Amino acid sequence: MEMNMNIEVKQNKDFTVNEMAEIKVRTSQLSVYYGKFRALTDINMEIHDRKITAIIGPSGCGKSTLLRSFNRMNDLTPSAHVEGKIELDGEDIYGKNVDVVDIRRRIGMVFQRPNPFPKSIYDNVAYGPRLYGIRQRNHLDGIVESSLKQSALWDEVKDKLHQSGMSLSGGQQQRLCIARALAVQPEVILMDEPASALDPISTLRIEELMHDLAKSYTIIIVTHNMQQAARVSDFTAMMMIDETRSGRMIEYNTTNIIFTRPQDKRTEDYVTGRFG
Amino acid sequence: MENEIQETQPSVRRTLEIEIQELRDDLLYLGSMVEKQILGAVDSLKQRDLVSSQKIIDTDFEINRNRYAIEEKVMIAIATQQPMAHDLRLLASILEISGELERMGDYAKGIATISLRMKDEPLLKPLIDIPVMAQKGADMLHRALTAFINEDIEVARAIPEEDDVVDSLYAQVYRELTAFIMQDPTTIKRANWLLWVAHNLERVSDRVTNICERTIFSATGEMRETVSKNLG
Repeated sequence: MEMNMNIEVKQNKDFTVNEMAEIKVRTSQLSVYYGKFRALTDINMEIHDRKITAIIGPSGCGKSTLLRSFNRMNDLTPSAHVEGKIELDGEDIYGKNVDVVDIRRRIGMVFQRPNPFPKSIYDNVAYGPRLYGIRQRNHLDGIVESSLKQSALWDEVKDKLHQSGMSLSGGQQQRLCIARALAVQPEVILMDEPASALDPISTLRIEELMHDLAKSYTIIIVTHNMQQAARVSDFTAMMMIDETRSGRMIEYNTTNIIFTRPQDKRTEDYVTGRFG
Repeated sequence: MENEIQETQPSVRRTLEIEIQELRDDLLYLGSMVEKQILGAVDSLKQRDLVSSQKIIDTDFEINRNRYAIEEKVMIAIATQQPMAHDLRLLASILEISGELERMGDYAKGIATISLRMKDEPLLKPLIDIPVMAQKGADMLHRALTAFINEDIEVARAIPEEDDVVDSLYAQVYRELTAFIMQDPTTIKRANWLLWVAHNLERVSDRVTNICERTIFSATGEMRETVSKNLG
């Protein structure tokens, strides 16, 4: 197979969901550098509002780098810099007068390994709102309860809110982290392999939760698990590295098309498990 | 660099690929059984060989069994291997085609049943066009299955056009037999038998068209009806 990298991304015409959903996040000619190394090249992508978009591709293709650029997490890496644009509701999040803290509130993140703070369940969820200055007890109570309900954890923890978050099972911890992300009322939730450290039932529970959350939030998920991408997402972006080892998006389409009749041979080989 | 890795390593989907290869073989075997049944059914009718006609009916059970076996293998492959994209389309097509073949087998069985019903009655007329229809249908089936296995889209697109040949043979048989009935209404029963035989053969080639559609779908993901030019 020839590794010739088309810059042009193949998009299929029957992009039916496209017409109905609004664009929440748009990247234009986005490139990310670590020092001189260009980790991502010319990513052009439209993320649909209140849909689940999965980013798939072999290890090292830049999926996580792309995900982290959506809420400027890459800023935390000193050598990283970004070219091109990422717009949230039409506003460039790398613009000059942008408040990075506010961007990270609007675009929350859930990581691969559940990482609750060594605090009580309540304090884990209340952490963000407190950071944003909310002090009244009943207001915080309300946020904690609704966040835990949205993350489908409330019934399991409502009688032990003051126990440590670390005492929960792995799947519960991950749902606690989702509740923590929801507590600051984000608009977009980024998920980096959110279920890869969980057992199958906890995984399915997280996936069902994602479906529920997508009614109110835009979700972008990076996953190695293709069946998971197929089960959970509305849109799928396929990424691969080019000959300079820089990540590119080679195909972006509805999930149904990516998994039944991808247009690009490399996507076909990846989703059928021939490489990657 | 990655190319080399890919070429030197055996496919990571070896299990799935072996299962698919077995299914292709099973499907070809089923297809050849059906082909033989169609030709055999018409031949035993023509020879008025009731023992052979009965054999055709018995063999149909075997065809049905083989079809269920294919269906089960496809289900197991989907459940255990989670195929995607081309693999998934191929398996879905095998499932569909095995059903088409079973139904084509039923047409052969139908012809054999008519032959048995005729018992000692002689044929209304010597069979000329009907064996040609059977030959043509069996030949189209053979080539359609080969095209499916080879994913030969061009052949798969061309075969449905040949359906017109079978359709006009059917029209010819129909005209001839209705002429017999008009001349001598006492021939109705014997004419009807042959009309049903011709009708079954006409349906065989229709189903070959469905196999060709599945071939195109499996190869390209495009699901479209191939319409023969001469409608009706």
